[in-house]
Amino acid sequence: MRNRDFSFWLFLTPVILSLSLVVIVPFFYGFVYSFTNWNGIHATEFLGIKNYLGLYKDAEFRSAIWFTTKVAIVSVILLNFLGLGLALLVTQKMRTSSLMRTIFFMPNLIGGLILGFIWQFIFISVFGSIGDKFGVEALTGWLSTTKTGFWGIVILTAWQMAGYIMIIYIAYLESIPKDLIEAAEIDGANSFQRFRNITFPLVAPAFTISMFLTLSNSFQIYDQNLSLTDGGPYNSTQMVAMSIVKTAFTENKMAYAQSQAVIFFIIVAIVAITQVYYNKKREVDL
Amino acid sequence: MKMKKRKTLLIEIFGILLALLWISPFYLMIVNALKTKRDIFTDVLGFPSELVFENFKKAYIDLDFTKSLLNSLLITGVSVAIIILFSSMAGYALARNKSKLSGFLLLVFVAAMLIPFQSVMIPLISLFGKVDMLNKTGLIFMYLGFGSSLSIFLYHGAMTGISNSLDEAATIDGANKLQVFWHIIFPLLKPISVTVGILNVIWIWNDYLLPSLVLSDADATIPLKMFLFFGQYTKQWHLALAGLTIAIIPVIIGYFFAQKQIIEGVSEGAVK
Repeated sequence: MRNRDFSFWLFLTPVILSLSLVVIVPFFYGFVYSFTNWNGIHATEFLGIKNYLGLYKDAEFRSAIWFTTKVAIVSVILLNFLGLGLALLVTQKMRTSSLMRTIFFMPNLIGGLILGFIWQFIFISVFGSIGDKFGVEALTGWLSTTKTGFWGIVILTAWQMAGYIMIIYIAYLESIPKDLIEAAEIDGANSFQRFRNITFPLVAPAFTISMFLTLSNSFQIYDQNLSLTDGGPYNSTQMVAMSIVKTAFTENKMAYAQSQAVIFFIIVAIVAITQVYYNKKREVDL
Repeated sequence: MKMKKRKTLLIEIFGILLALLWISPFYLMIVNALKTKRDIFTDVLGFPSELVFENFKKAYIDLDFTKSLLNSLLITGVSVAIIILFSSMAGYALARNKSKLSGFLLLVFVAAMLIPFQSVMIPLISLFGKVDMLNKTGLIFMYLGFGSSLSIFLYHGAMTGISNSLDEAATIDGANKLQVFWHIIFPLLKPISVTVGILNVIWIWNDYLLPSLVLSDADATIPLKMFLFFGQYTKQWHLALAGLTIAIIPVIIGYFFAQKQIIEGVSEGAVK
């Protein structure tokens, strides 16, 4: 097919049209309107960087960014440990290993909103009643403080996403040639040495993929945040995505919310571009 | 050898215990959905003292579940079908055209994946509101826009394995481009279509934020209805949990029948 072929454009029109109207046009439109007093319908005044200056002084937005960053960092570490651990576990020769895979992956298929509601019950009622029964104070009052809200969100996302990260590690673990491991075994390497010197270097690329995937996913958490804590207490567990939604659709400050959205895009893009850069570098190294 | 066997057994027992812990939230959901309110209060971990199926009946009616299930099925089904059709066409066209323009278009689609939903959400809703498209049709069109990037990327990758000589042979036999695509290429892309289908079904089925901004209550999908329902029954856990159990059942059924394809599809989509 050549550029001037009718069929080339015929095949591409539906996706070009939808991508333009749904992503590209709103993206630029939003960027421009973040410099105005836009109210969702029209803009009457050009404000320059006033919205952005407001963001800089906005303690609530800054707290949302900081809270989101903390969730993202803790989740990345926890998820990679869990994901690799589960992958090593289910790639052992066991009768039940495929059943285990099925179970560990299951939470990933269910929406964050529904899972958040289930865990709200567990944190509040189940933890609470166990805490009361055995006198463990640490288990009572979950989700009513910033700290327990933070760990609630981390536990929920780790439980939900670990199966997904496990799948990525499995793909790399299964691509390791069996004879490499056997040869090392014959040479007398113990299981830790085999892991350290063969398995670990060969699954290192999976680590890069999972790290950035979990980082970018954790930054974009919304459903889990909404259903588990709804940002409470006093907006202290509100993440960036929720801050944008609430500023726009509850407080009706469209241009201001859009300036948050632009900052949000920049953060997520930096994470993604760093990943592309690392991937390229790795390809060169190989 | 014996020691090795014992070690494997210990690992397996550990694995089974961990798996049980992993699904314990679902256990807690189901057993407590079958209890009375007071039963939950006195013993949250154990089995119900009497089975209360009434909770499920009430939750089913209040969730308007037949209707929300049909809405979810319709929106997810139509969206995924058009994503598969249009993305495979685009992936094919981009792979068969080696020009700079074609490479640039592919780059635009890939780059669009970097844009998080919340950064375009507000202008998107405003634009579609102006042309009166905040409805099911508009939502399906939006899903095509958000879902096509990754799908085109996957199809484009798969096309490298399909030789151009197939196209040429069919063209000599008098087939036009559409016929070549539909009768020769599309069937060969079936494995990747399964992957694309699975990946898109998972996120569209579970999506909450976008439909909450686009759909009216009459068109509510399962997650939307679940959110409203949960708001009504805070602190009435027996009903809320029954509703959550009902909402999860379709996913569990789907997973039961297609778990191999789902795990393979997700693996393929993630590693590429």
